[in-house]
Amino acid sequence: MTVLTVPMAETGTASITRRTRVLRRLRRNPLAVVSFVVLALAGVIALLSPWLAPYSVDQTDFARTFAPPGTAGHLLGTDDLGRDVLSRIMLGARASLQVGLLAVATSLVIGVPLGLAAGYFRAWDAVISRFTDLLLAFPFLIMAVGLAAIRGASLGNAAVAIGIAQIPGVIRVVRSDTLRLKSLDFVAAAVVDGASDLWVLARHILPNATSVILVQATVAIPAAILGEAVLSFLGLGIQPPAPSLGTMLATAQQFAARAPWAAVFPGVVIMGLALAFNVFGDALRDALDPKGDRR
Amino acid sequence: MARYLLTRAWQSALTLLMSTIVVFVGVRALPGDPALALAGEDRSPEALEAIRRHYGLDQPLPVQFAQYVERMAQGDFGVSIRTGTPVSSMLTTALPVTVELSVLAILIAAALGVGAGVLAAVRRGRPAEWLANGLALIGLSVPHFWLGLLAILYLSVATGLFPASGFVPILEDPVDNLHHIVLPAVILGTGLAAIIMRQTRSAMLDSLSSDYVRTAKAKGLRPRAVITRHALRNSLIVVVTVVGLQLGGLISGAVVTEQIFGLPGFGKMTIDAVFQRDYPVIQAVVLLTAAAYIVINFFVDLLYSVIDPRIRVTGDPA
Repeated sequence: MTVLTVPMAETGTASITRRTRVLRRLRRNPLAVVSFVVLALAGVIALLSPWLAPYSVDQTDFARTFAPPGTAGHLLGTDDLGRDVLSRIMLGARASLQVGLLAVATSLVIGVPLGLAAGYFRAWDAVISRFTDLLLAFPFLIMAVGLAAIRGASLGNAAVAIGIAQIPGVIRVVRSDTLRLKSLDFVAAAVVDGASDLWVLARHILPNATSVILVQATVAIPAAILGEAVLSFLGLGIQPPAPSLGTMLATAQQFAARAPWAAVFPGVVIMGLALAFNVFGDALRDALDPKGDRR
Repeated sequence: MARYLLTRAWQSALTLLMSTIVVFVGVRALPGDPALALAGEDRSPEALEAIRRHYGLDQPLPVQFAQYVERMAQGDFGVSIRTGTPVSSMLTTALPVTVELSVLAILIAAALGVGAGVLAAVRRGRPAEWLANGLALIGLSVPHFWLGLLAILYLSVATGLFPASGFVPILEDPVDNLHHIVLPAVILGTGLAAIIMRQTRSAMLDSLSSDYVRTAKAKGLRPRAVITRHALRNSLIVVVTVVGLQLGGLISGAVVTEQIFGLPGFGKMTIDAVFQRDYPVIQAVVLLTAAAYIVINFFVDLLYSVIDPRIRVTGDPA
């Protein structure tokens, strides 16, 4: 990527106008607005799902198993045990978002400092690169397999496995942005002024790198949501009877021919969540792009 | 070139060594006595003692590690706790299935991704671009194991167009083999196709507005010739890069796809091993995946420097 940097954009007052410009661009992009509204709604529903869900997630009703969607009282139908699909989806989406945020938080907490160090201190670069190579050699599923073997399968371990697998991506973008920022005049000025490395990193580089970190996080969350679904589907993530979109699909697979809705709706929700994040991430990247309306 | 090769080879060897250490330490972090884990059903003190001696568990850790590396290098991954068969022979039957599935998925993804990416770049701002972009976003967001479930439900069970599960070795009946594996390969290829499409599109847009393409047009070369001769060479780089970067995702994806379609590959072996607590198998799987990832990426980098000579000079695939 060729980086055209406008030196003014990094100083105090200019960054305020830059923020307004980014927000204005986002507001003018209908896809950004729609995806943001979807995400906000999903967030509210997920937060309030224990109260909003019409039924408790493990409330069985053996008189009404495999009720099709639209059955009175069960908008999205019921599963093999007569549990309400809508309620389980609401709580499952909550778990998905939890894993997504937890995984991305894990990757940022470890990846951001390492990326800053790799970009700022030349001596650390090679060591951190080897660490990145090492992490990359274990795909997230294999990492999850190893973690499940050592510590057992759980929501936390799934999130950790996904988060660790996302560290290299964070290191890469933070490192390259640090390299770019380091070469700019205002950083050199701070160094000449006698500022310590830590001060320069915390005060000048990190705040200016937030936009790339933000974009990276927006694309990492949908990947983590899909990852959670895969792990739970395979039985390596959230354990039944706790609801998760992945485990719902795993059980629905057994009776998919008889009750396809139980297999269709959770997948639609996973896709919807991931799609909203991906669309918003694209819009955010375009809005932050100093080259403006390239796309 | 030689120097670049040497550096990359050294880095790969180092990463391989480190991942072996990680797996070695991981095995020791397994709950309980490793001898107990290896013993399976027979847990008499004599049996445990015999296992400790056989696997050198009574030796100091560095000695154990050296023996471990030696065993792994000879392809001795131990014996499955559950079935009693050597892990290496399980691998020789499982791996070809996974390799075939992955190669086919890459080919499908490259064809779809490059095609759609070129189309989107050439038809900039027209409905074709919107369609291609939209499909790519969906391809990135759809859980492909769910697509697999739906494909089985609506293409296999309902219409009988494809078998819902099972596998026929390619040497036994190539046609039937393809019939069994094409649907899983398409499903596995979707995510990869989406990524290749987006990268191809943006690489194409860059090269279409570059000086050399403008020169080619000015020379009077027909638009079609410009696209095929200049731009498509770049998409080769895109495909190689994406495959290298997404190899981990591809391996993870293959595991799930095999599980859904009941293909007797590496992935199914892995998942079965986790649920049966078959530690020697899990260990072999984790170690081999890491080794395969490192070795394949080394070759991807080599290929890369053959396609794009600039990398040989700077040593930095930008």
